Amino acid sequence: MTMIDCRPFLAVGVPFLAAILIAFSRRWPNIRETWSVIASVIMFGIVTSMLPEVLNGNVYEYTMCQLTDTVGWTLRTDPAGMVFAVLASMLWVPINFYSIGYMRCHHEKEQTGYFAAFAICMSSVMGIAMAENLLTFFLFYEMLTLASYPLVLHKRNAEALMASRKYLIYTLISGQLFLAGVVMVYCITGTMSFTAGGFLTYESAPRWALQLAFVIMILAGSVKAAVMPLHGWLPAAMVAPTPVSALLHAVAVVKTGVFCVLRIIGFVFGPKLLAQLGIIDVLAWAAATSILVSSLIALRQDHLKRRLAFSTIGQLSYIVLGAALLSPLSIKGAYLHLVAHAVMKITLFMCAGLIIARTHREYISELYGISKKLPITMACFTIASLGIAGMPFLVGFISKWNLALGALQAGKPLYILVWVASALLAAAYLMPICQMAYFRKDPQEGFREYGEISYRMLVPICVTTIMAAILGVVPNFYPHFYKLATMAANAITAGWNGGWL
Amino acid sequence: MEVLNEFLRTKGIYSLVMILFFLGIYGMVLAKNYMKKVMAMNVMQVAVIYFYLCFAQKDGAMVPVLDGITNNPNAYINPLPHGLMLTAIVVSLGTTGVALALLMRIKEIYGSVEEVEVLRRASK
Amino acid sequence: MTQHAPLFIVLLPVSAALLCMLFSRIQKNLGSWIVIASIAGAFLSAVSSLQQVIADGGKALHYWMGNWQPPLGIEFVIDPISGALAVLITFIALLGSLYSLPFVKEEGWLHIGGYYTLYGLMTVGMCGMVITGDVFNLYVFLEVMSLSGYGLIAIGGKKSMLAAFRYLLIGTIGASLYLLGVGYMYALTGTLNMADMAVRAAEFLNYPLFALALACFVVGFGIKMALFPLHGWQPDAYNYAHPGSAAFIAGCMSKVPAYAMIRFLFFMFGVDTPAVKAALDVLGILGVAGILLGSIMALAQYDFRRMLAYSSVAQIGYIAIGLAMGNLYGFIGAVLHIINHAFMKSALFFVIGGIQYRFGEVNIYRLGGMNKKVAISSITVTLAALSMIGIPPTGGFFSKWYLLLGAYTSTQYFYIGVLVISSLLNAIYFFRILEQMFVQREASLTEVHRHKGKLGLPFPMALPIAVTGIGIVALGFYSVDIVTDIIKIGLPEVLLK
Repeated sequence: MTMIDCRPFLAVGVPFLAAILIAFSRRWPNIRETWSVIASVIMFGIVTSMLPEVLNGNVYEYTMCQLTDTVGWTLRTDPAGMVFAVLASMLWVPINFYSIGYMRCHHEKEQTGYFAAFAICMSSVMGIAMAENLLTFFLFYEMLTLASYPLVLHKRNAEALMASRKYLIYTLISGQLFLAGVVMVYCITGTMSFTAGGFLTYESAPRWALQLAFVIMILAGSVKAAVMPLHGWLPAAMVAPTPVSALLHAVAVVKTGVFCVLRIIGFVFGPKLLAQLGIIDVLAWAAATSILVSSLIALRQDHLKRRLAFSTIGQLSYIVLGAALLSPLSIKGAYLHLVAHAVMKITLFMCAGLIIARTHREYISELYGISKKLPITMACFTIASLGIAGMPFLVGFISKWNLALGALQAGKPLYILVWVASALLAAAYLMPICQMAYFRKDPQEGFREYGEISYRMLVPICVTTIMAAILGVVPNFYPHFYKLATMAANAITAGWNGGWL
Repeated sequence: MEVLNEFLRTKGIYSLVMILFFLGIYGMVLAKNYMKKVMAMNVMQVAVIYFYLCFAQKDGAMVPVLDGITNNPNAYINPLPHGLMLTAIVVSLGTTGVALALLMRIKEIYGSVEEVEVLRRASK
Repeated sequence: MTQHAPLFIVLLPVSAALLCMLFSRIQKNLGSWIVIASIAGAFLSAVSSLQQVIADGGKALHYWMGNWQPPLGIEFVIDPISGALAVLITFIALLGSLYSLPFVKEEGWLHIGGYYTLYGLMTVGMCGMVITGDVFNLYVFLEVMSLSGYGLIAIGGKKSMLAAFRYLLIGTIGASLYLLGVGYMYALTGTLNMADMAVRAAEFLNYPLFALALACFVVGFGIKMALFPLHGWQPDAYNYAHPGSAAFIAGCMSKVPAYAMIRFLFFMFGVDTPAVKAALDVLGILGVAGILLGSIMALAQYDFRRMLAYSSVAQIGYIAIGLAMGNLYGFIGAVLHIINHAFMKSALFFVIGGIQYRFGEVNIYRLGGMNKKVAISSITVTLAALSMIGIPPTGGFFSKWYLLLGAYTSTQYFYIGVLVISSLLNAIYFFRILEQMFVQREASLTEVHRHKGKLGLPFPMALPIAVTGIGIVALGFYSVDIVTDIIKIGLPEVLLK
């Protein structure tokens, strides 16, 4: 049942309003940051208030106005969108506190612009999660690109400038390609509302046109999802402050990329059509290659955030691969991994940020014995690392299990090897950090600490770590990601079992 | 010869007008002196005016003043093109006036109306 | 009173402009305020006539001068699109006339009076061109617009003389070609009224003479609208125009001939005629070339105004390819882009004019730290830049959207690629400026006109900047209303099939 309710727009509007308020309270840092915190809490409240009905199989829908003569500016909360919306709004609360701690600890400049842009990013992420049609999706997609641009540029130095240019080039090109794809799809079918299972049919257009539309649209998603070889911007964008890396490059920006891929595969083309088109295998291969290659590159990175960035690239490709396998379980696994990776990677990045803020050490080879100074941080870091590697009873395991089963269901068991290999590689590139921190002694002993222990930074890390553990043991714990993912996957693959079993 | 005569009789005047028009454009493009360009512009405008007057011409018709002899419109030539051309002449006068005013200022500023000279001094 | 509204659009500014010098002699600011008031009156008349047309469901409003019936008399025709353009022109003219006040404040009465006379006459010319229903009358208004335009460009400073003179030469060729075309059409059909000519031309549409007339129209208007490769006059003209009027000149002066071209190609002759089809193909090719080369040339500029001028060449190309598609969506896109681009370009010229006024600087590499000095301007530049690139929800996206739809429906996929590439080129040269304004260190600039206060600029200048900035976003959100309530009820018959 569809319910007309403006709450989706409230969820988008609250952070946007907060951004404006933040911009106007430039002089009073405490008030400014209070706006940000209040907005994050309210947004989380609004999103979760829609959760019970969505779990009952209903959707909220609201059209604000017409965008073009035939397409409305419409938001809708289907289960797939809810997974992402709940995830992002849930993680914005801890990251907000963390940001305040980090920015103050680091004495960053331009904090007003930072918090305002951050809030706009969250607003557009909400819009992307709940967009009902491709044009609304595109609107928020471009808004996210523009809002995250100043965040990458935050440090205002030459390196940040180059990184931000690179970021813009990648994202704008892909955005324009996406637009061309949207036009094609719209002209072929006359509609652009996301429909579970896809609204394009094999008969609607020549095969080459469908393939072309798929390729250019998926390219757009893949750039933001940093699937190799389109990943160049992501490591470069690591010059941004760590909370930005944490939220945007582990949760918001890159996740909109994979969310875009999931939307295109599940809600525009549909598994059935894609199986007929055959072009999906290319995406699967690209994703598989990306998983392995990025893990290998990650092994060689000494800069902590860069290593995490390459790890992100690999993990995101898991999700893309899951979607590309087109079987019910693999798509469910993809949605679950969207959540799992976000929770784990945000923890890792926040730990990295804390280490940088407290010790000013950015390279792994400098982290001798750091666990003595920062015991809780390193404990959380270790737990999250194990989660990335796929240890049971942590959140990463459930999703990978589903992905592996999905590969079997799709009749492509070889991909399981990719996951196994990458899990081992993940252990290989993350465990040395822990080993460095726990078992090596600092040869110089002298170990300068900067600033006090900041609970604003430490508590969010613990919260997300606990989240990772709980979701690993009880996957369907509130906010019911497991059920939402199952609902989404079932809706997409209704009557389609992956073609093998 | 017959063909040529026929051509000149029916289209000759238009060809001349067109030649005049394009001579004007030619002059505007190729003249090296801004004053000459303005003159060529006038030639071009006059060509258009001639063109209107030519097609308003009618054999055996008289000036469009109702003289009580006949009410048959075919006996008079069409006055409208002439009326239009009066306006066009005024417009071309205005254009020439503005052009000359600008040219005077250009002469004041650059001390010349030769294109090469003006451009050389302008680029300094 | 309201039935005379179409007349007042032209009558008010023309009388005010002609009286302006007199009033300026009496009190030096009086003339300028009279012209501003008359333009405001013209704006209200335009709005009122547009309202009447929309209330009538799109039936065109015919105003017969002195009650002489067409085809003998001259008529003003306000259909939804021409009404909308009249509103647009008078609105931007109004903003621009306020904006000019600080620029001429310190001058003597002669300068102020002369400036506002020319300004008022240019408004008259543009409004007349869009609402007239008579082809010769259009020529007269075209010349009124051009002559006052030459004047406004010439009073911009020393270098502007040459720019104005060159524009005059080229512009006169364009006008003469148009006049020649009118002559051919008059010889063929024996009428000057547009509606009448459209009916009578139907039997001549296969004549070679018609093709010749059409070629004259296309080249004539092409020169006036700076269609590539006839754009040579434009960069200098925009660059050296009086900074107060540059926004109005850049925003509207090339759009009005573009609309006149639409009138001829779509409303009078119909795009299903072979000769018109050929003309559209040429337009398409020139449009594509203009988009690409204009954008590339814009990249190479370091003078903000010159860059904007080349970007105009590219944007006119958008309009040209929209027309060249010759279908419903292309047409909507082209008309919408005329409106959007008028706003974007005016906004950008308002901004750079303001910076020029306060700091005397137009080099884009010396705009560092402008976000602090002139905050409103920097926001407007951002919005205008996004609109130029075509990022939703600004207006520019929606015109591009309809153009893309048009390109796909007419199966000219090539245009899609061109539009995408052009957006990216736009992105490069506009983000270059945004980077300068927001990121780079403050350039050491001396203030030509000191100004303290939050706006960063005198109020009459800050107001147009803010209004156009808001307008760009508003055009995005209300684009649907413009399309359904105005453009779609005023479509030419040929597209309704």
